[in-house]
Amino acid sequence: MRDFSYLRAGSVDAARQASALPGAMLLAGGTTLIDLAKCGVAEPDTLVDITHLKGLDAITVDDRGATIGALAKMSSIADHADIKSRFPAVSEALWQAASAQIRNMATIGGNLMQRTRCPYFRDRENFPACNKRTPGSGCSAIGGVTRGHAVLGTSEACIATYPGDLAVALVAFDAIVHLGDRQVQVEDFFLLPGTTPDKEHAIQQGEVITAISIPGTPAARRSTYLKVRDRQSYEFAAASAAVGIEFEADGRTIRDLRVALGGVATKPWRARAVEAALKGKVLEADVVRRASLLAMEGAVDHGANHYKIELAPRVVARAILKMGETA
Amino acid sequence: MTVHITRHGDASDGTEAVGSRLSRVDGPAKITGAAKYAVEQQLDGLAYAVLIESTIAAGKVRSIDTEAAEAAPGVLTVLTPDNIPPLKTASDWLGTPPPDAPYCPLAREITFSGQHVAAVVAETFEQAVAAAALAQVSYDEVPAIVDLSDGNAGDGIPIDAMTKAWGDAEAAFAAAPVRICAAYNTPREYQAPMEPHGLIARWQGDQLTVWEPSQWLDGMARTYAEWFGVPFENVRLVSPYIGGGFGSKALALGHGAVAAIAARMLDRPVRLVMTRPQTFTGYGGRAATRQTVTIGADADGIIQSIVHRGVNETSIDGMWVEPLGSTTSIMYATPNFSSRQNVVRVNSVVPGAMRAPGENPSAFGIESAIDELAYEVGVDPLEIRLRNYAEQDPHAKKAWSTRQLREAYAAGAERFGWSKRSPKPRSMRDGNQLIGWGVAAGTYPVRRAYGEAMVRILADGSVEVESSSIDMGQGTYTILAQTAAETLGVPADNVVVKLGDSRFARAGVTGGSRLAGVMTGAVHKAASAALDELVGLAISDPRSPFHALQANTLVVTNGRITSPRGEGPEVSIAELLASVGRDRIEAKGDTMPANSTAEERYKNYTTIAMALPHTEGDYSRYSWCAHFIEVRVDEDFGTVRVSRVVSALDSGRLYNPKLAESQWKGGIIMGIGQALLEEGIVDRRHGRIVNNNLADYLVPTNADIPDIEVISVGIPDPHSSVLGGKGVGELAIVGVAPAIANAVFHATGKRIRDLPITLEKLI
Repeated sequence: MRDFSYLRAGSVDAARQASALPGAMLLAGGTTLIDLAKCGVAEPDTLVDITHLKGLDAITVDDRGATIGALAKMSSIADHADIKSRFPAVSEALWQAASAQIRNMATIGGNLMQRTRCPYFRDRENFPACNKRTPGSGCSAIGGVTRGHAVLGTSEACIATYPGDLAVALVAFDAIVHLGDRQVQVEDFFLLPGTTPDKEHAIQQGEVITAISIPGTPAARRSTYLKVRDRQSYEFAAASAAVGIEFEADGRTIRDLRVALGGVATKPWRARAVEAALKGKVLEADVVRRASLLAMEGAVDHGANHYKIELAPRVVARAILKMGETA
Repeated sequence: MTVHITRHGDASDGTEAVGSRLSRVDGPAKITGAAKYAVEQQLDGLAYAVLIESTIAAGKVRSIDTEAAEAAPGVLTVLTPDNIPPLKTASDWLGTPPPDAPYCPLAREITFSGQHVAAVVAETFEQAVAAAALAQVSYDEVPAIVDLSDGNAGDGIPIDAMTKAWGDAEAAFAAAPVRICAAYNTPREYQAPMEPHGLIARWQGDQLTVWEPSQWLDGMARTYAEWFGVPFENVRLVSPYIGGGFGSKALALGHGAVAAIAARMLDRPVRLVMTRPQTFTGYGGRAATRQTVTIGADADGIIQSIVHRGVNETSIDGMWVEPLGSTTSIMYATPNFSSRQNVVRVNSVVPGAMRAPGENPSAFGIESAIDELAYEVGVDPLEIRLRNYAEQDPHAKKAWSTRQLREAYAAGAERFGWSKRSPKPRSMRDGNQLIGWGVAAGTYPVRRAYGEAMVRILADGSVEVESSSIDMGQGTYTILAQTAAETLGVPADNVVVKLGDSRFARAGVTGGSRLAGVMTGAVHKAASAALDELVGLAISDPRSPFHALQANTLVVTNGRITSPRGEGPEVSIAELLASVGRDRIEAKGDTMPANSTAEERYKNYTTIAMALPHTEGDYSRYSWCAHFIEVRVDEDFGTVRVSRVVSALDSGRLYNPKLAESQWKGGIIMGIGQALLEEGIVDRRHGRIVNNNLADYLVPTNADIPDIEVISVGIPDPHSSVLGGKGVGELAIVGVAPAIANAVFHATGKRIRDLPITLEKLI
């Protein structure tokens, strides 16, 4: 049997020290880690349990924004009255993620560390080649079953899709990951696969996610998360969009626009070209649909996932137009 | 063995007799967790086995290095083809005598990815899992035929038994003024029961006990007995609860042999449970199918000819025929018909039975094609079905025993509001949602067999029913209690039904929707015999309080015995038994012909060879249904959501409408999954299913399922069963997928002929 040590950290500092050890991993809700350990992908030597640490699950919201402790549960955040009113896209993204059971267990810090659902990544025995799992071993997905794989941000080493929903909303609204004293934009926290798809996050061994903060903006307040998938619940996105919008005083001209995509890219994907094309424009359906096509700039398909290139701009357009309707 | 306290249901008429809506008597045990499933048995000395499966789809095992696994903590043994004793080949489910050849459940010759090649047995499950990862299997790989579309798959093997023909279908088609020709495909689909396959095997001398979820205790006991060369009586199967079967738990499978071998080698009970991924390759799901359906019709849409060609996949060394012409040949009247079928060998596990094998994919073909014909001739899809209504079985040329399909169309259409349908595709919408209404029919034959049951009236007046049949959620416990209660004149509360132990009165397979008809008949017969004996004692025993009455008969109502006119005493069953000095009355009854031999009885319960043809005698016996379904298709996203279902169904007399409706709804839900979500996806380079788990192989969630309205239009069918019921369990899935595909066409104008109907096909 594969033995590992289990440590119960007494404080965040203790967690940092313990997790700095080679082969150490933090255990919070466990919904990703235990799953990956069962399929032999995660092989921790030491589990550093932080679930009981006090004060890390607070959710505070004021005019400047929201600060969410790393151990706050997905369901608590989704149901938080101020998150729902000031950051509807965040709440909606969480509600549409995973299942009720998982949302009740999973923490927001762990959610950021969620790994891909690429079936080749998860099946070590049958598909030894996976650069994300075993650097340099190759990519089994390329040339294989690719219906769920990414069309944006891919490399020759990896085409695995970032599976989450929450981070898509976070990226849209310039949220920040707090690693103790160090702060990183969520957008930068997620790394492109490039030649090192095993490195997914800008976090060092020994660092602990302590909180996530989201700046309060008019666009965040008027936002939505639209998730399109084959199954109505408990499924990853075929394509999703987090969209926030702020109008000028005329109620028609777009002052600020935030667009991020899920289900189509190797990381939560900010669609700045769409934002730029529409800022200052009057919101009109045709204009929005045309601009939304820019979301797929640079997209590369691998056969069965070609539909995502068609689908994602339509999801973006629908979300933007929906936000316009509620003016 | 399981004992249920029967509780009152919500029978609106206050009775619990056959036909009332008694709630499931096993419900509380399942809800509270008291129900103990097969592999939950706690046995002293239990060891744990874990399977090792092939990672190639075709070739040979060159070697298995077991050294590291054997040295791992807790490991008791590593089983490979080289160190396990050979078993004997068992007969098939028809009882065909097997070849005199050894059977090895661990493969040297690999014919599919996921084949069992070795197994590790350890003191704990975790130790076995860890050790299994240390075993090194090396292979000599050869190219595989991955599926039906593989360039090397070929045309396959013609199955002559599937050929059906009358008239001159080709000529009539060529001459027809309206012609439809299209190809319809269904992918590999999986039963995906909540409870994975697994078992505990224990030997005591040459007696084998197997705790295993089973749809057929006697059939599986026979297989285990033949494998190990022990008498049938030496094998006991125990299976009180089954967490879903859908056809996949009727046969003893290789993993069962592995566990039983391990138990014998170690002289310890061994538990083996498949992982969820292993359930996608450890046994077969529904075979992938291809059909072409051509229909020739006159200008009014009256069918002149149907030509049907079907192909299903099977494994390299096993044979599975999914009868694709089954619905095609009976649904519509046609003077000319031709159906043929081939089976193509591919590197896959041998496919198996999954809810309505044959009728289900067959209906997808013909019920889509008739819809295409309706649009071609400009006739309402419901109207064209009525114009081509088969007044008798077009294939067997016999009268239907009962066929309430016309009534199903009428009741379903009325309730659904079909007359308000705008006929043109893309003509109904709600914002971004294109709305489509589709209809399709379904059918399933009435499979009949002989059954056996034990009924005991005990000293306290309670009743015990025993049968080695099973309840996998369909309601056997409940309806057999109702049957015994009604026959004997006692409250259903007073009846305890014991199922799922092969020591009980024998039973054939729970498959083909036959069990309710078979077992209510058997219980009715056994209970009638017990009642006769009870009444006989009451009339003739000198100690009976009724003796002086000199009555010809007595009546038992609500557990109390009276004379028909109320003269004389009224005593409870318990009082009567006490008065005549009996502690019980026991009657074993079966519905087999009176002069049946012991060999025929054995064959009846352990094979399907003695099942009665549904077209035996003067009648053709089928259940029927019509599904009316509304879909909403997002015009931008291509996502399809089912928003309304009204189905009218003819299953004859319902023994318990609440449970029958529940099964129908379950079938409809499974049909929605088949239509929109379910597909085993093969990595063509490896010949391997990659979505082998319930996150990636999608079945519907509650959010995918709207309110479903089911309407019973059946009438008692005396030709189908003793009490007048026809099949329930499989019927309702048949026709759901084409009804949805037809609704999608109505919504979008796009005809999707390949299941599932996923968004990229509509975008």
